[in-house]
Amino acid sequence: MAKIEQKVLPLNGDEAVALAAKQSDVDVVAAYPITPQTIIVEKFSEYVANGEVDTEFVCTESEHSALTASLTAALTGARAFTATASAGLALMHEIVYVTAGCRAPVVMAVTNRALSAPINIHCDHSDAMAERDSGWIQIWAENAQETYDSVIQAFRIAEHPDLLTPVMVNLDGFFLSHTLEKIQVLPDEEVRRFVGIRQFPLVTDTEGNTVPFKLDPNHPLTVGPLDMPDYYFEHKRQQEDAMHRAPKIIREVHDEYAELTGRSYGNGFVDSYRLEDAEIATVCLGSVAGTTKTVVDQLRKQGVKAGVLRIRAFRPMPIEDIQKALTGAKAIAVMDRSNSVGGNGGPLFHEIRHTLYGTEMHPHIADYIYGLGGRDMPPRIIQSIYKELDDISKTGRVKRLVQFAGVRD
Amino acid sequence: MTAQQKSWKEISPAGVCWKPASDYQTGDWRTFRPVRDPKKCTKCLLCHMVCPDAAIKWSKENQDLEFDYNYCKGCGICANECALKAIKMIVEGGE
Repeated sequence: MAKIEQKVLPLNGDEAVALAAKQSDVDVVAAYPITPQTIIVEKFSEYVANGEVDTEFVCTESEHSALTASLTAALTGARAFTATASAGLALMHEIVYVTAGCRAPVVMAVTNRALSAPINIHCDHSDAMAERDSGWIQIWAENAQETYDSVIQAFRIAEHPDLLTPVMVNLDGFFLSHTLEKIQVLPDEEVRRFVGIRQFPLVTDTEGNTVPFKLDPNHPLTVGPLDMPDYYFEHKRQQEDAMHRAPKIIREVHDEYAELTGRSYGNGFVDSYRLEDAEIATVCLGSVAGTTKTVVDQLRKQGVKAGVLRIRAFRPMPIEDIQKALTGAKAIAVMDRSNSVGGNGGPLFHEIRHTLYGTEMHPHIADYIYGLGGRDMPPRIIQSIYKELDDISKTGRVKRLVQFAGVRD
Repeated sequence: MTAQQKSWKEISPAGVCWKPASDYQTGDWRTFRPVRDPKKCTKCLLCHMVCPDAAIKWSKENQDLEFDYNYCKGCGICANECALKAIKMIVEGGE
C-alpha cells in the first residue's frame, strides 16, 4: 500500500520523464532534441517558458555539447539532467566516458532507438549497448510508469556521496516514449522531499579547510586533469569500486520509493516473473517483458512451467540476483534487441551466459536477436521461442545458438 | 611501482587536484620565448588582447606591459600580431 495519495495522469513515457525531472527540482537541463526523445525536451522547454521551473535550460547546438554542459553543471554542484537517443547518444560518446570519469552525477534519459545506417527512428537497444562499458549505471524501464519512477530514483542514486556515478534511464523508443499510459504521479513536494537537496562528500583542500567536493571559486580545485600511465589505471579502478557500492544504494532507494508509492520493480535489479519453479525461461530488457509476461501466463494455463526474467539494472550487472532467479531453469532464451555483429550473439546473451558459466547450474542457453529497428515482437514469436525452449529442455540440444526472431528468411 | 606512488584507495576521486589550475606553472612547455623591444613598443596592448593564455599583463604600478613567463607557452601569436614588430621569439636556453 502506498503511503501517499497519487494523481493519475494520462502521459506517455517521454512526458513522464520530463515531469519526473521537473519534480526532482533539476538546476540545469542541457539538451538537444532527437526522435523519439523529442517530447522530453519539448515538454521541459514548455515548463521553462511557463515559468513552472527555475531550471537553467541550455539549448545546445549538439548532443556532444548537451552532455558537456550537463557534466560541467553537475561538477559545480548542480542537479543536472539531459536526454537523448540513437545518433545523439553516439555523438555524446566521448563525453559519456568523461562524465563517468569525472564522477559527475548526471541523470540522462535515453529513448532507445536504432543506429544508422539505414536510417531508422524506431526502437532498438544498440544505442545504449554501445555505452555499456562507459561507467554509467543503466536502468531499463518496462513501461511508462517505470520511466517516471526510475528518473526520480536516478537522482538519488547518482548523487549519493558514496557513489557519484551518472545514471542512464532507458526507455524503449515509441513503445514507451509515445504510448499513452495512466501514470500515477506523486505530488511535487513529495518528489522534492524524496530526492532531497544534493549532498557532497567532504574533502580537505590545500589550505586544510573541509569543503564539499564541487567546483567553488572560494575553494578552487582542478577537475579533469591529465593522468599519465602511472595513475590513469588507479582512477579507473576507483570507478569499478564505486560501481560495487551501487547495488546497496540502488536497493535502498528502490525500497524507500516502493514504501512511499506502493510500486516496486522486482528487487530493483531484476524483475522475476513466475520463475520460482520455471523449467524454461527467457531473459530480456525493456518493454518486451510486458508481452512476454502475457505469454507466460498463457503457457502456465496450459501447464508449461515458463517464466521470464527482466533485467532492470544492466549496470551494475546483478550477477547474484540473475544466478538466483534462474536456478532450476533447464533451458534459457536470451532476447537481444541489438546485435554484436560478428560477435556470436547480442550483448545481453554474452553477459547472461557469462553470469551463469562456472555456477553449479548448467542450463542450455540460446540467443534470439529480435525487434531491430522497431520490428514488432508479437506474442506468437515469443510463443515459438518458448516452444523451442521446451524442445531444448527435453532433448538437451541447442540446435542454433543464435537466431534472428522475426526476420524474413 | 616506486615507494611514493599511491594506490587507488589513497588518491582523490577522478584525479581531482585540490588547487586551482592557475597554481600550475605551465611556462616550462615553452620552446621560444617572446622578448619585447621597449624602444619599438608603443604599449598599444594588442599583444595583451591576443595572448590566449592571459600571460601578457598590464602593470598599473609600472604603467607597462609584463610578460608572465610562468604561463607563457611561447606560441608566438603576440610576435606575429605586433604591428611594429617589437616582439621577437628567441629560442629558450639559446644565446
